[in-house]
Amino acid sequence: MSSNNDSNGSRRTFLKGTAALAAGLAIAPGVRLLGVAKAKPDNEAVTSIVRWGMLIDTTKCSECEVCVEACHAENGIKDQGDPATTPQWIRKLMARDSLTGHVVTLPMMCQHCENPPCADVCPTGASFRRADGIVLVDRHICIGCRYCMMACPYKARSFEHINVTDQAPHAPRGKGTVEACTMCVHRVDKDQQPACVDACNERGHGAMVFGDLKDPESEISQELVRYGGTQIRADLGLNTGIRYRGI
Amino acid sequence: MRSLFRLVIHAGLTVALGLPALATAEVPFPDIPRGKGDKCVAPTDVIRQTHMDLLLHKRDQTMHQGIRTKQYSLRECLNCHVQAKEDGSYPDIHSKEHFCNACHSYAAVTIDCFQCHVPRPDDAANK
Amino acid sequence: MAKSKIKYLAIEGLPKGYLIILGVLGLLALVGVLSAHHMETEGHIVTGMNNQIVWGLPHVFAVFLIVAASGALNIASISSVFKRSLYKPMARLSGIVAIALLVGGLMVLVLDLGRPDRLLVTITHVNPKSIFTWNILLYSGFIGIVAVYLWTMMERKMNAYSRPVGIAAFIWRLVLTTGTGSIFGFLVARQGYDAAILAPMFIALSFAYGLAIFLLVLFAAYSFTGRELGDKVVTRLTNLMGVFISAALFFVVVYHLTNLYATEHHAWEAFILLGKNGGGPYATAFWLVQILIGSLIPLAMIFSGYALKSRKLVGLMAALVIIGGFGQMYATIIGGQAFPLVLFPGAEITSSFYDGVAGTYSPSIWEFLLGLGGVSLSLAVIAFAVKILPFLPESLADTIVDPHHSD
Repeated sequence: MSSNNDSNGSRRTFLKGTAALAAGLAIAPGVRLLGVAKAKPDNEAVTSIVRWGMLIDTTKCSECEVCVEACHAENGIKDQGDPATTPQWIRKLMARDSLTGHVVTLPMMCQHCENPPCADVCPTGASFRRADGIVLVDRHICIGCRYCMMACPYKARSFEHINVTDQAPHAPRGKGTVEACTMCVHRVDKDQQPACVDACNERGHGAMVFGDLKDPESEISQELVRYGGTQIRADLGLNTGIRYRGI
Repeated sequence: MRSLFRLVIHAGLTVALGLPALATAEVPFPDIPRGKGDKCVAPTDVIRQTHMDLLLHKRDQTMHQGIRTKQYSLRECLNCHVQAKEDGSYPDIHSKEHFCNACHSYAAVTIDCFQCHVPRPDDAANK
Repeated sequence: MAKSKIKYLAIEGLPKGYLIILGVLGLLALVGVLSAHHMETEGHIVTGMNNQIVWGLPHVFAVFLIVAASGALNIASISSVFKRSLYKPMARLSGIVAIALLVGGLMVLVLDLGRPDRLLVTITHVNPKSIFTWNILLYSGFIGIVAVYLWTMMERKMNAYSRPVGIAAFIWRLVLTTGTGSIFGFLVARQGYDAAILAPMFIALSFAYGLAIFLLVLFAAYSFTGRELGDKVVTRLTNLMGVFISAALFFVVVYHLTNLYATEHHAWEAFILLGKNGGGPYATAFWLVQILIGSLIPLAMIFSGYALKSRKLVGLMAALVIIGGFGQMYATIIGGQAFPLVLFPGAEITSSFYDGVAGTYSPSIWEFLLGLGGVSLSLAVIAFAVKILPFLPESLADTIVDPHHSD
């Protein structure tokens, strides 16, 4: 873990906290170290001991698009010409209060619900939530019915309208199926952070914190305890993995 | 009704079931490109007969459980078996120079892996 | 029940024009399949659908046909379940029209999938919580149960079972339409849906759409074969239509009143009723097509007695109901999607992904041809069935359908 080439400070604190907790738990009988440590061996299945999430501080978020650019570069999403059909896994949203005129800008993507409506309506189970809380589309069994897109409250999903080539090797995407933010699951499984979070940190904004919501020592949990975090459309009771501050 | 139903089922299925008998009679055995490693992750006859099951099993493990070991990973098949041609370019998935398609076109078995997966090694994915 | 003296006859020989009709319908169905093939090869980019309007014209056609299918069975249900003898001679036709419409609707629905080649995945991988999963069972079960129902009606030895099977089919069709309405009713996130009333509303609409198609099929079949169709039947069916349209209107009114009372839904109602914020096309589809053409004019024609002045007027009335049905489906399905999701109540939202603005949609010819193909397939199935099997009574003259009739 120490060989992780991540250079930003918040990430290091986050890892340090985790390591401390892991060490503490190692002596407790019956508790597996692996469940708490971030580095999961490749041959182990993900478990519900962790729940990945993000905390987005909208007061630190400005009108920049670096998270969007990083996401689309990471996942090989290119402009297809028509903005109405080009997929967007993450987008910058601007909300202006109709009465006060107060403006908030924030990144909007799959909210990785605990009870995702997309997974409820999917006839084949192609939309599913992984044990560690990441909501994905298994495009091997997606039949392209788009019912998940009808059901998603966040407009987080895109349908692939054209024949796709030159995909990123870790992010297969293809015509006739539905796709969305994967929370960069391929990076998370390698103990890295989602591309958007890294990009936001590198730009010096630090508006996005990624981590384990179930680990009380993680930076994200500590910040949530201290400052709280709001769910978008909390009224739906979906218990989203993405939380926001300043909205 | 019947003709409609037939069209609904992928055309590839029809081709897969109907053509091998014709093909074996006339088409020469394909020239299968060699991988760059010494040997495969399993004996050749095992791979030939069960690669689809192995890949399918691994696919579900990776997709749903995040198991990312290298054995039986489609990406690793491509990393080893799909090599650059002399001019530095990589074989097209629809050509018989592509490792997967060499056999699959011979056996007339349509696969849709590469509608989503890039058919080149990781380090050449966007070439 | 009075002993029936009804004689059913298949269409004998090859009447002039029969093959042309069947050929044209078959050709249109084929064109529909080819259009779908084009959509599948090129991707949905050749349709007007996009990431805002994910269900387009094919769903309008498919849902209309499926809803009408369940409604078309009503004639048989009224005969078997509610023991109205006047409807009995038409029960067989009602059953085959129901099956045919469902088959056509399913063709459109399936061929509009992003990956129709993976249809069988719905059998190998099943999510029991999905309404689509329930509907797959309900639709295939409907075809099965109505087929058995037809068998009990057409095979003398099975006649005794006709009533229990008919009751089962009636319950099944109510559940089926509930399932279809719930595709939309259970979508919590969208302002235009998320309403339990959509299920009974779809049932009421199905009564009207199914009967309208049944009427036109009946007219076409009897004028084509030159068999007699008495006023008694036509009058009864026309008046029944008045009841069905009224019932459907009732649900439509309650749906909108409920929304109009809740401030939360005012923006949606302004969109769909007043055409505010880009809702123009859908408000037009609602008021002009669904309400005026599809409901009020037919109702006025029926209750004024004007429709019954001639068969052509009854036919026109039924055609208007069908047109209205397409308007309703367009307003419900496309309009419901076009209205932007409410992510931050009380705020105006903007983004590069059409947040906060109405989705736009202009259907392409391929979608239309696919939908038309489904309709044609339905009609071809009916034309073929009545040709080879005794679905149509030799006569539906007043003296036949009602032996106690006296003038």
